[in-house]
Amino acid sequence: MNSQIFHPFVLPFVLGMAFVLTYCVVGLLRVIGQLPKDDRKKFWRSLVTPKTAWANIRDLVGDCLFHVKIWKRNPVLGYMHTAIAFGWFMIIVIGHVMLFTLKPLEGIELQGIERTLPNFYYPIFFKYFAEETPIFAILMDFFLLMIISGILIAVVKKIHSKIVGVKRIMHFGFADNLIRFALWTIFPFRLIAEKTNIMAFWWLYSIDLMVFMFMLPFTRYMHIPTEALFILLRHAGLKPREPRKGYALAQIYSCPSCGLCIDACPMSVNDKNSGNTSAYFMKRLRNGDREEAQRIAETCMQCGKCVAVCPVSIESCDIKMSQREAVPYTINSDHSYLDNVEPETKGNAKVLYFAGCMTQLTPKIMRAMKQIMEAADEKYAFLDKDGGVCCGRPMLLSGKTAEAQAMMAKNTELIKQSGAKRLVLSCPICYKVFKEEYQLEDIEILHHSQYIDELIKRGKLKVDKNDLNYVYHDPCELGRAFGVYDEPREVIENIGHLRKAKSEKELSICCGGSLGSFNLTQQERDEITTNSVNDLIFNNPDEIVTACPLCLKTFARKSPVAVKDIAEVVANQLK
Amino acid sequence: MDFGFCLSPSSHVKMDSVDLTTFNRLKETNPDLNTCIACGSCTATCTAGHFTEMSFRRILLMLQRGKEDEAKKMIQHCMLCGKCTLVCPRGINIRKILLDITR
Ligand code: SF4
Ligand code: SF4
Ligand code: SF4
Ligand code: SF4
Ligand code: SF4
Repeated sequence: MNSQIFHPFVLPFVLGMAFVLTYCVVGLLRVIGQLPKDDRKKFWRSLVTPKTAWANIRDLVGDCLFHVKIWKRNPVLGYMHTAIAFGWFMIIVIGHVMLFTLKPLEGIELQGIERTLPNFYYPIFFKYFAEETPIFAILMDFFLLMIISGILIAVVKKIHSKIVGVKRIMHFGFADNLIRFALWTIFPFRLIAEKTNIMAFWWLYSIDLMVFMFMLPFTRYMHIPTEALFILLRHAGLKPREPRKGYALAQIYSCPSCGLCIDACPMSVNDKNSGNTSAYFMKRLRNGDREEAQRIAETCMQCGKCVAVCPVSIESCDIKMSQREAVPYTINSDHSYLDNVEPETKGNAKVLYFAGCMTQLTPKIMRAMKQIMEAADEKYAFLDKDGGVCCGRPMLLSGKTAEAQAMMAKNTELIKQSGAKRLVLSCPICYKVFKEEYQLEDIEILHHSQYIDELIKRGKLKVDKNDLNYVYHDPCELGRAFGVYDEPREVIENIGHLRKAKSEKELSICCGGSLGSFNLTQQERDEITTNSVNDLIFNNPDEIVTACPLCLKTFARKSPVAVKDIAEVVANQLK
Repeated sequence: MDFGFCLSPSSHVKMDSVDLTTFNRLKETNPDLNTCIACGSCTATCTAGHFTEMSFRRILLMLQRGKEDEAKKMIQHCMLCGKCTLVCPRGINIRKILLDITR
């Protein structure tokens, strides 16, 4: 025996470990190398800035080990992840701690290199080599059983996902099934090996570890090491610039294909379209299937719900945008005609109202706003009473950033010429682009729901309360995008009674009309709308109130109850 | 000699020699195109049409007559705002078709 330089059964594990470590280091260097220069600088700086450094530690522990976000959504799944991740982490840590007390078992000869090298596999096969101190032995058994309990849940979830509250799960190929099988059996084998000390089980345990580690980079389990990197990059405040490079690449490998976004996505009302959800988008990108990725990116409505529910905070909407930008169209936009557009108003208004394209199609919102501003005695002006220039967001949504500039520049010029210090918008689609892209310096940008709320609170607008029950729909680009949830609700409470929808606020379901999608057909949109309406009228309201002209128009197609804009209901109740 | 008016060039299109590849490709990927009733709602509401000649209905007509270059030139004015799509009584996905023409 002494002629051997180590115990052969550790070899599979050592090989696997060496492979996976090399792969991760190369991957890490690749991601960091692909970051644009200024992003990289930002990243290094974030690592030493106390605030981001603290956030890093908090999330590394909270998300990677304890999966706090999954707990919040689904405690059973939360326990499953924590049991496996935290349990595994702990037995590795305790194994290393015990190294200090290592006393080889009788009959175990440390061989060759084992005598000189600090052997990193001792903690993994501890019981084979040494006696565990009693207190540690109890802890080790505890965590091992914890992991196995987590795996049991995983088995149940695989066989019957509805028991753990998940409707649709992703279906995986051979590689994913094999590695999952390896993962499930690692710990039972270890338990048996430890308890019986049968050599065959030590071998099986070691081989299982090898299979797991060799397959890790090629399967969804790569999210385990990548997520740590992704958390650091995210806290550095980066944006994905290219769909499959740098920051986006880190995100692609951090998505474990958990499938939570499939059930959440409004498109999933249609089974065929559930294949267009973010989970599949990320998978296609990972597999380098650019064409499918592009098609999915153009089908998605960019409503942001998948991002809101994602336990890993994958910014799939941003990645889809960068995917759209990556495709060249030959549209060759020519908006030079905008040079001749003259402002409708110049001079002394305090509040400037911009209706935007969508509100042009729902003139009753414009009329209501006029009534409201007059009742509140505001010095106002309309920017686009007789048709204006598009805000540019629809063009941006198609991935044509440069082409949108002409429209944005024109609007900026017109707004500045008006001399107003406040800009009020009726359309959340405009609101988003004005907030995020326009350089309007000291001009305050308000959505009309915020503006009306303020007018009521300042006592400038007097309204009567009626007896109707309203339900409020959170437009995606106002709610999820900017967290404007309370103002519209407070306005409605002044007008009537507010009932709850089934899904609200960050879980609100897109109306289906979104300009974010290019590919959805009218029928597919109608299905989404019907589903969203049913969710809204869950508590039998008399009317649906929304704060987006596009939602209004979309819901009106399918709703059995009246749909109104928040400005309309307020204008009807003016004293 | 300038009379203040002149004969306009013939706009006669010989349908036999017209190249319809783009239009046919478009019809294949966007079958909803076939349901257009040329009502002109898209044109009436067009944001770019407020300032220019932009008209989706005419773009379709141009493509049907093989005048692809003219159509593409007109599309340059489009803001992709989507109003046309919203008002189309046949639910034609105009915004996507506009993009597809330039693809
Ligand atoms: S994007 Fe998020 S929610 Fe969707 S599968 Fe990936 S990790 Fe899960
Ligand atoms: S953004 Fe909305 S539509 Fe797009 S995948 Fe996410 S949930 Fe679905
Ligand atoms: S129309 Fe309203 S609900 Fe639909 S995507 Fe836009 S903001 Fe969201
Ligand atoms: S609105 Fe629709 S049906 Fe009418 S002309 Fe335009 S594309 Fe055709
Ligand atoms: S998307 Fe283009 S064609 Fe349609 S209304 Fe807007 S500017 Fe006109």
